[in-house]
Amino acid sequence: MPKKEMNIDLEIFQILNEDGRIANTREMPQLKDDDIKRMYESMVLARVFDDIALKLQREGRMLTYASLMGQEASQIGSALALEDEDWFVPSYRENGVFITRGFPMETLYLYWAGDERGMKIPDGMNALPVSIPVGSQVPHAVGIALANKLTEKKSVAVVYFGDGATSKGDFHEGLDFAGVFQVPCVFICQNNQWAISVPVKKQTAAETIAQKAIAYGIDGARVDGNDVFAVYKVVKGAIEKARVGKGPTLIECYTYRMENHTTADDWKKYRDPSEVEWWKHRDPIERLKKYMEDEGIWNEAYDKEVWDNAKAQVSEAVKKFESVPPPSPLDMFTNIYEELPPEIEEQRKDFE
Amino acid sequence: MKLNLVQSINLALKQEMTRDPNVVLLGEDIGKDGGVFRVTEGLWQQFGDNRVIDTPLAEVGIISVSIGMAIAGMKPVPEVQFDGFSLPMLDQLYNHAGRMRKRSQGRWHVPLVLRVPHGGGIRALEHHSESLEAFFTHIPGIKVVTPSGPYNAKGLLVSSIRDSDPVVFLEPKRIYRAIKEEVPEDEYTIPLNKAEVVQEGSDVTVIAWGAMQKIVREAVEQLAGKYSVEILDLLTLYPVDRKTIIDSVKKTGRAVVVHEAPRTCGYGAELIATINDQALLNLEAPVARVTGYDIPMPLPKLENYYIPDVTRINRAIENVMEF
Repeated sequence: MPKKEMNIDLEIFQILNEDGRIANTREMPQLKDDDIKRMYESMVLARVFDDIALKLQREGRMLTYASLMGQEASQIGSALALEDEDWFVPSYRENGVFITRGFPMETLYLYWAGDERGMKIPDGMNALPVSIPVGSQVPHAVGIALANKLTEKKSVAVVYFGDGATSKGDFHEGLDFAGVFQVPCVFICQNNQWAISVPVKKQTAAETIAQKAIAYGIDGARVDGNDVFAVYKVVKGAIEKARVGKGPTLIECYTYRMENHTTADDWKKYRDPSEVEWWKHRDPIERLKKYMEDEGIWNEAYDKEVWDNAKAQVSEAVKKFESVPPPSPLDMFTNIYEELPPEIEEQRKDFE
Repeated sequence: MKLNLVQSINLALKQEMTRDPNVVLLGEDIGKDGGVFRVTEGLWQQFGDNRVIDTPLAEVGIISVSIGMAIAGMKPVPEVQFDGFSLPMLDQLYNHAGRMRKRSQGRWHVPLVLRVPHGGGIRALEHHSESLEAFFTHIPGIKVVTPSGPYNAKGLLVSSIRDSDPVVFLEPKRIYRAIKEEVPEDEYTIPLNKAEVVQEGSDVTVIAWGAMQKIVREAVEQLAGKYSVEILDLLTLYPVDRKTIIDSVKKTGRAVVVHEAPRTCGYGAELIATINDQALLNLEAPVARVTGYDIPMPLPKLENYYIPDVTRINRAIENVMEF
């Protein structure tokens, strides 16, 4: 029997190298200057959002927060590859995806400050809220994709998770179902090397995450997660392939978590500072900046404008989020069932 | 027409699938094979691969993919083969199915019905005979329904499928084929918050659900002429019909709760707390419990010593009456 042809490349796919040069001209996606600027501006915005979140947390104005610093190319490159009707299913580190998809920043801050109203998914946006139990959201995307397939919608479901999630049963069962039912779903693993203090080597004896696709009979790809062009190109290709019924793809974005796991963590306990330093030189924002400078679409004045603009937007969002009056304690009792059962109705009255 | 429980559930599924193209069944061996209890027999032949989906052997996959489908606007009705295998699903039920309405602030909800063949008494292998209702009723955002016969099974399942919240539907497998009842072909629903007064009485209230209903009725029949026993069939465990329970206990002043599950933190404890809250001063005796023991469900050679039977139920009724 002939073997099924599978498309897996375990080399790290790269277009923009560490020096900000195009390493692979043939693969460079068709992007206008404005598209590239949008990538840069979105990455800067995510970085500023993140930076301010950490600051607010230190000042006690926000609770535990999971930083995405270092993963901007993986998040923004992929988020820009989605069409409006596509679904994204996040873990808890996808603030860059949320912002790029148009989720209001003040609402995100509200969530990270412990306010349930921050989980409100805006009407018209096909997204699930932040999912904290690691990997548990992976099969939800498969179910969404299966529903889209059965009801003949053209929408693709894109799900995000980390290297740690690939150890979970939910990951296995989700990818298994996705392969069996050939659903329009794209799995984006941001392999940021660390699941809190456990390195990826201790998550799996497999050399790569991408190769796990082979076992599920689906396509896999391994991409430089700090290269926004490569991420965009590979994710875009996988989404379009899924949209025309050619099945799911597992994409490993090889990247790095430059910050702590969350603000409740201290990476100095388990990481060598030289490793963090090494990755700092691979900062996805710096890399794109060098490229843009060489191409003549970046200069100091533009850069100042980009950062100032990002800071102004974020500070506006902070102002908005901090001026939201505290939630009514009675909100606890909303959105439990379509109609509140008498038990809870009574508990609510008791509370009042 | 006269149908058993398997046939009435099959009929409800068939009619709801005909009515609503978004109703989709998922599970292990539910297609060509018709399910391990043959509940879905003939449905794959009628509705095809896209409506009756044989899944990989993965309980978490079944429930979590169903959650995704429900969020995206479908009405999945997943089946788990046996109660003991539903435990890995608790994570997804607790963290996502019961919480998605809250987690998305009302943007998404999860209208699915998880069908679980439930309880013991069929001489099955280990892990095939558990009673887990208290695990499910403890999950906020979930409804828990359990029929006790062919007629109420059909009406309750139709209501569950049409409900917009996640429902765990516990099917008493011991009586799948033990009872035949008149089941109308025509559509009918039974509300998901209403207990049934199966038999009116004035001396003592016996509360049970699922397969225990049949045993309770047999037990009470033996006491005919001696005591006037009121029998309640809860049908829905969450949200439970507390009014019917309290009205009954206020009338009789005595109650016995019967369930197969272990005693400690069993659903009976919740019922007794409810009675204490609202009818303590009407009680002539402490409420008695006839339950399984706090031990792993025994294998078939001993299971009949574990499951409440006529003798144990009647002894409890006598004790309560003579208190």
